[in-house]
Amino acid sequence: MDITSFIHSIENEIEELTPGSLKPDTEFSSLKEWSSMHVLILIALIDSEYNVTVNGSDLQQCKSVNDLFNLVKSRH
Amino acid sequence: MAFLTVNNVKISGIAACVPENKEDNANYDWITEKERELLIKTTGIRTRRVVKNGICTSDMCYEAAKQLIEQTGTAKTDIEILIFVSQSPDYILPATGIILQDRLGLSKQTMAFDMQLGCSGYVYGLSVLSNLMSTGKFKKGLLLAGDVSSFSQSRSDKSTYPIFGDAGTATLLEYSSSATEMHFNLQSDGAGYRSIMISDGGLRNPYTAESERMVELEPGIIKNKRNLTLDGIEVFNFSLREAPENAKALMTYLNKSNADYDYFIFHQANKIMNESIRKKLKVEADKVPYSLEEFGNTSSASIPLTIVTRLKEEITEKNVSLFLSAFGVGLSWGSASVQISNITCLPLIELK
Repeated sequence: MDITSFIHSIENEIEELTPGSLKPDTEFSSLKEWSSMHVLILIALIDSEYNVTVNGSDLQQCKSVNDLFNLVKSRH
Repeated sequence: MAFLTVNNVKISGIAACVPENKEDNANYDWITEKERELLIKTTGIRTRRVVKNGICTSDMCYEAAKQLIEQTGTAKTDIEILIFVSQSPDYILPATGIILQDRLGLSKQTMAFDMQLGCSGYVYGLSVLSNLMSTGKFKKGLLLAGDVSSFSQSRSDKSTYPIFGDAGTATLLEYSSSATEMHFNLQSDGAGYRSIMISDGGLRNPYTAESERMVELEPGIIKNKRNLTLDGIEVFNFSLREAPENAKALMTYLNKSNADYDYFIFHQANKIMNESIRKKLKVEADKVPYSLEEFGNTSSASIPLTIVTRLKEEITEKNVSLFLSAFGVGLSWGSASVQISNITCLPLIELK
């Protein structure tokens, strides 16, 4: 797995994101109207695409897209 | 694993009752319009039924059971066992099921008791009732399942308030030597008991003035300790991990596959979670009916409510193989493989 496809699938899944707006160093908390619903969408996506489970404390530690990518990659 | 096989018991009727009062999540102004749109899209829950005028779970189950008895022409003396599955009883004690025995006019020969389970309650209740009835000692039995979840909701908690709806159901079972076997796989994990809970009001944390104090836990979540708490991420991960595994294990045990079932009826939690489970099980979308867009998460009533509102024609006219899967508070989960044919299914009942 690579970060470009990882970002692409997140942007595909979350309609509120403008394609191309998400960068590896983007912090989730900086995204406009980022909410708990998006977190659920993200967990479902990671589960179905990569068969990896991320829990609440994992997500608290992952500030940026790159942090999350590395976590998913390490468990993939 | 708790694999169970039940012989000689069939489901002969189902009825569901909801409050007439409807709430629309599009009008849930505790959150912004954008948040509302995202909530409805992600959870799939548009409207919910919420009780008014002090309607209890038992009132809805009573109405469903009363009409089911009438419409099936069942002699009340034939009903010899009643189980009430709920987490919203009339009183701390006595058990609501016993009150319902008398209220429904059933004989004193009736064995009646409560089971305190939520989301998994219908599958659990069906397994306990059908097992007892397979002894041949009871001609007919009633499974009454449902909840008034709104009694413990904080309107200023966006993580629970727009999710749950109120409903009560009745399922009539009867002893029949020609019945097709029912199968169950039931599991529990008390380690996750905090994931969905009402912390105060029992013996562990008695109800005090402090229980009423409203606290902001995070933005959009203001609640007290008699309100329902839901850890969405934990429950989501639990359900994704356990529900498909449990279902697959039962099908493997029975040497069956998805193709052997006409419908998969899941506990109606929320759309994104249920769809994730459906995809993990590789079940076609048209085999998975939903009622949550109209009624929300109705706890132990969700499976019979989905059958009544989405499969009424099918089950009254045909022989249908159903796979049931339920998961949630406890944590508790299970699945069932059942066949129903030519049963009495009443139109949805609405209570003022």
